[in-house]
Amino acid sequence: MSADEKTKKSRVRMKEQTPEGRIRNFNEVPFGYTPEQAVEEAGRCIQCKRPQCVDGCPVEVDIPGFISLIKENKFIESAHKIKEKNSLPAVCGRVCPQEEQCEVLCVQGKKGEPVAIGTLERFVADYEAEQGELELPKLPPKLGRKVAVVGSGPAGLTVASDLILLGYDVTVYEALHKSGGVLVYGIPEFRLPKVIVQREVDYISKLGVEVVCGAVIGKMLTVEELLNEKGYSAVFIASGAGLPLFFGIPGENLNGVYSANEYLTRSNLMKAYLFPQYDTPIKKGKRVAVFGGGNVAMDSARTALRLGSEEVHLIYRRSRKEMPARHAEIEHAEEEGIKFNFLTNPVKFIGDDKGNLKALECLRMELGEPDDSGRRRPVPIKGSEFTIDVDLAVVAIGAGPNPLLLSTIPDLELNRRGYIVADEETGKTSKRRVFAGGDIVTGSATVILAMGAGRKAARAIHQYLEWTNW
Amino acid sequence: MFAIIKKEVFSPEVKLIEVDAPAIAAKARPGQFVVLRIAEEGERIPLTIADFDREKGIITMVFQEVGKSTVYLGALKEGDKLANLIGPLGNPTEIEGYKKVLCVGGGIGIAPIFPIARGFKEAGAEVISIIGARTKELLIFEERMNKVSDRLIITTDDGSYERKALVTEPLKEILEEDSSIEKVVAIGPPIMMKFVAKTTQPFGIKTIVSLNSIMVDGTGMCGACRLEEGEETKFCCVDGPEFDGHKVNFDLLISRLNMYLDEEKASLEAYRKVEDK
Repeated sequence: MSADEKTKKSRVRMKEQTPEGRIRNFNEVPFGYTPEQAVEEAGRCIQCKRPQCVDGCPVEVDIPGFISLIKENKFIESAHKIKEKNSLPAVCGRVCPQEEQCEVLCVQGKKGEPVAIGTLERFVADYEAEQGELELPKLPPKLGRKVAVVGSGPAGLTVASDLILLGYDVTVYEALHKSGGVLVYGIPEFRLPKVIVQREVDYISKLGVEVVCGAVIGKMLTVEELLNEKGYSAVFIASGAGLPLFFGIPGENLNGVYSANEYLTRSNLMKAYLFPQYDTPIKKGKRVAVFGGGNVAMDSARTALRLGSEEVHLIYRRSRKEMPARHAEIEHAEEEGIKFNFLTNPVKFIGDDKGNLKALECLRMELGEPDDSGRRRPVPIKGSEFTIDVDLAVVAIGAGPNPLLLSTIPDLELNRRGYIVADEETGKTSKRRVFAGGDIVTGSATVILAMGAGRKAARAIHQYLEWTNW
Repeated sequence: MFAIIKKEVFSPEVKLIEVDAPAIAAKARPGQFVVLRIAEEGERIPLTIADFDREKGIITMVFQEVGKSTVYLGALKEGDKLANLIGPLGNPTEIEGYKKVLCVGGGIGIAPIFPIARGFKEAGAEVISIIGARTKELLIFEERMNKVSDRLIITTDDGSYERKALVTEPLKEILEEDSSIEKVVAIGPPIMMKFVAKTTQPFGIKTIVSLNSIMVDGTGMCGACRLEEGEETKFCCVDGPEFDGHKVNFDLLISRLNMYLDEEKASLEAYRKVEDK
């Protein structure tokens, strides 16, 4: 095998902060490609005639198209090529699970490593932004019809940008004081810098989307009022994952036990890591336990380290194989020194006389028969109880639907789990003129799936408003 | 939007602001709250709505300066603007269908009890109110409460004004002599609400308390405000803010309210240092 062929088998790696260095700051871990690296990596794409990778992309980005422009050093043109289909490339390049979507289908992956599609996407999006003012696409004449979007996370932003490009007037209502949804309150700075989210939101605002923050739909305005009094022709609900789930075990309300939503919101949205320069406080535990095996659990554990915790344990009831988190996140967490405790589940939280968490009682588990999810069900091992000292715990075991908005729309059909029933292809709900997508339909999922739902719903909203057939 | 239209200083630490917030005023109902953030670096704090005027588009809040955010809020002047004001949040008080009710307000809790008492009155109920404060200068909203109450009893802890007693004393006397009271609503310091609930329990009268837990988003997303009502964990923001006083675990509530005392102190000290410069 020639040296050239060998290099083509493995991808060009991004430089990143060392584990020892990065656990003392909130800066992004990888630095991204240099232009030379990007061109080299793009050279690994063989430009398949029938590219499989595109099939794996929920928003159908022309992957070989944007990569071939990188090969020609046309980075800005490459960014525009992505933006034809994806309004948030700098975000998706960072947080999409490419290893399960586009990259897993790449032919290069059959013999070696797949092309680093996500890293290339990230490169061109950042490159374009660094060149200054983003070029705006030409907008069509206004159609004179308005659409309201509830929630400014990935699904809401995608619908908004797609509809504004079709000529609709779009208003996005965001309950929090800052737009971006989970991109702002959930995903930490070291994985997705907030200036990047702000840049993408600003871009959508420049296209003419009106973003109203601090507007709680269901309270300040109802969906009914949006449709019948405020003159919106359709409403898209993308209010996101709702109430954090807890174990329901004794001691869970002790001081020092957080939901991941609260812990991450304090740190990310409220910038509690900069306390007291920012007013919102956050507990900095010496010994921390984080429960769960998903990306949110990894984010919480790594946040704890950066806030100065001495020892951070990840506690997961199944084994490593069943962890839903991305490989890259698990690797990063391990490199940083997070201690993984598999097949372990908490039984109770133990407090001191002031109501502060001081320890945790756990049980060892073993894997039994497969459950509904196809993963082997963890079963407790009798008599395996043990105690560990912790002064902070973060519960990252998912969320349930938030009743705040849904309870104000009585004629909206919900499924058994309490999420909105919406057509997978169109986002249509049981209520005329109301569409929905993202986590409030699927339960907690990924950024790109929410964007995919937004893309489809935008198409369906356009069709409905043109032809009024429901 | 969110400009302070009017400011009243009741005492060095207790202040009232009226804020321009038409969209919130249009929807506000007794018992609801708002979440506010003063400036870019600010935290999100919940405050119960003390009054609202739909026509003028304003809402009223009364607060006591305890930490940096409330001290900072108290330093704002008429014309200053808040960064965000979000609401109305929480479930409104159930007001319809009562003949006779008793409202208890303690300290700055008198302010949010006012729209509730007025609501009951407008819905046709006979309203008995007990309001109390540590001392005369901390007693607020007397005139307003007088207007919406058929009978108003005032107490001060130190006897500097009206009756020297805690609110629970006249409460007990009234319940002993009058069996027609259908509901008690109490708002005040957690310890007061705890003892109001203890006082009414033997009489078997439905007792509602309005709780002001620490919150972040205030819309059900974070769970910072969780508390226990009976065996169940509830979220103050979406399940409340009103709960059954006979079932609330007040000791847990108080412990959780004290969770950030050290941080609050540090934050206030840092703020005062900057202010002194």
